[in-house]
Amino acid sequence: MNKLLELRNVTLKYQTPNDEITAIENLSFNCNDGDFVSLIGPSGCGKTTVLSLLAGLITPSSGSILFDGERLSKSNDNLGYMLQKDHLFPWRTIEKNVFLPLEIKKINTQENREYAISLLEKYGLKEFKKRYPDQLSGGMRQRAALIRTLSSKPKLLLLDEPFSALDYQTRLSVCDDVYRIIKAERKTAVLVTHDISEAISMSDKIIVLTNRPAQVKSILYPKLVGDSPLSRRESKEFGTWFEKVWKELH
Amino acid sequence: MKNKNQLSRDRILYLRKIKRDNVLVWTMRFALLIIIVGVWEVLATFNIIDSFISSSPSRIAKTIKELFVENNLLKHIGVTMYETVVGFLIAVILGYFIALLLWWSERIRRILEPYIVVLNSLPKIALGPIIIVWFGSGSKAIIFMAVLIGIIVAIMTMLNGFLSTDKNKILLLKSMGANKIQILIKLVIPGSLPTLISMLKISVGMAWVGSIMGEYLVSRAGLGYLIVYGGQVFKLDLVMASTVVLCVLATFMYAMVALLERFIIKFKMK
Ligand SMILES: Nc1ncnc2c1ncn2[C@@H]1O[C@H](COP(=O)(O)OP(=O)(O)O)[C@@H](O)[C@H]1O
Ligand SMILES: [Mg+2]
Repeated sequence: MNKLLELRNVTLKYQTPNDEITAIENLSFNCNDGDFVSLIGPSGCGKTTVLSLLAGLITPSSGSILFDGERLSKSNDNLGYMLQKDHLFPWRTIEKNVFLPLEIKKINTQENREYAISLLEKYGLKEFKKRYPDQLSGGMRQRAALIRTLSSKPKLLLLDEPFSALDYQTRLSVCDDVYRIIKAERKTAVLVTHDISEAISMSDKIIVLTNRPAQVKSILYPKLVGDSPLSRRESKEFGTWFEKVWKELH
Repeated sequence: MKNKNQLSRDRILYLRKIKRDNVLVWTMRFALLIIIVGVWEVLATFNIIDSFISSSPSRIAKTIKELFVENNLLKHIGVTMYETVVGFLIAVILGYFIALLLWWSERIRRILEPYIVVLNSLPKIALGPIIIVWFGSGSKAIIFMAVLIGIIVAIMTMLNGFLSTDKNKILLLKSMGANKIQILIKLVIPGSLPTLISMLKISVGMAWVGSIMGEYLVSRAGLGYLIVYGGQVFKLDLVMASTVVLCVLATFMYAMVALLERFIIKFKMK
């Protein structure tokens, strides 16, 4: 399979007035086209930092990141970032929120807008496109946020604990939603989480990180029966995998 | 939406209660006004208070009428309104753009910070003599005073609003490849609209403080001038009458801003 993403000995040091913080050190891993990869690690270990690097928001202190075989450039149009909260702009309709990446990237063409709307319609937000975010439930808002990330047709999605702000019930169903949409649109995804069940039920590959500075502790390839996170959570191997990841983390 | 005949009994009772409460509040507001005015008038009529120094509602009304007929009240109102509105507009517009500049460049913000702190804590009236020397004793000096008093608050309120833009929303835009102008136009400016509205409300008050204070200091016309003049020649009727007119005007101007707020919110949401 084609390597979409390759990190080689990436180190990142934050400079602050009082201190130099090594957030990640000699981190190396790959991510294939079409993979769903989870990064799991204790809070504060540097997970968000890894995503910021992948998004090109910060550059590594040393080491290299290759995207599609080329060095990652600062404005990479091939990725979409999704954060903990939906961060839909309350003064824009859902539709206008979804057009935001098109406006920013100056590709706000009729064709691209139609594509974005087709995504909204395909994933059950048709009646809500002229509504404002505060008229939608938390789950629907997160789905709208995902569609906003997809509207500029990125190859790679970066998800930073996208479910952690939701209550448990909603989280399970939104998790299912997001997985379904990402798979249907054939996207590659890197998910950051500290929730073991979430990682196991969604990913092809789990990268367990050490405490700060983040390094790869181990890589697991969970193989569960089921084609959605919910059904995987109910498969009988789930418990065994949960224990495996839990042991790696502690 | 349910229509009216589908409303439940509890709902109807609840709505009725809200309406009753509103009527009560408004009734009490007017009642209070009438009581104050009435008691004042009665005390003055029976010479329980000295209406020479405390005036009375009927004397105030009479004075306003006289002012209107003989002394060109409209001209004085016009002068004060002009100074206040121009001072308000300059303070608000200039303040907004300076705040934008300070948001844009952290370096400029850091360089100017002590100057803003000093200007903010300085009682602006102390600059009165300087202003008179520079601008003379006309409307220009008063407008300058109004701007001076209003602009610092306008800058600080707006800058706070700009700086409190959600860091994660900025991050999100950056991840889409947004540059600083795009962040400003797509996020910071629309996101700080509520701050702009409260800044406008505060600035209306500040503009009145500035223009009246300016008129106290210099001027040969305006409501502030009438008040000071009345005080100097011990015509309390004139002082009170001008104050009443001022109250009405200030309320009117505040109401205009409140109306603007309603308009902006409607425009934004529909
Ligand atoms: N902009 C920054 N400047 C300085 N230190 C930072 C910055 N961002 C994160 N850090 C530090 O780097 C470490 C890793 O942070 P982060 O990547 O956010 O962890 P995680 O997402 O795993 O919780 C933390 O100790 C944090 O305090
Ligand atoms: Mg984090």
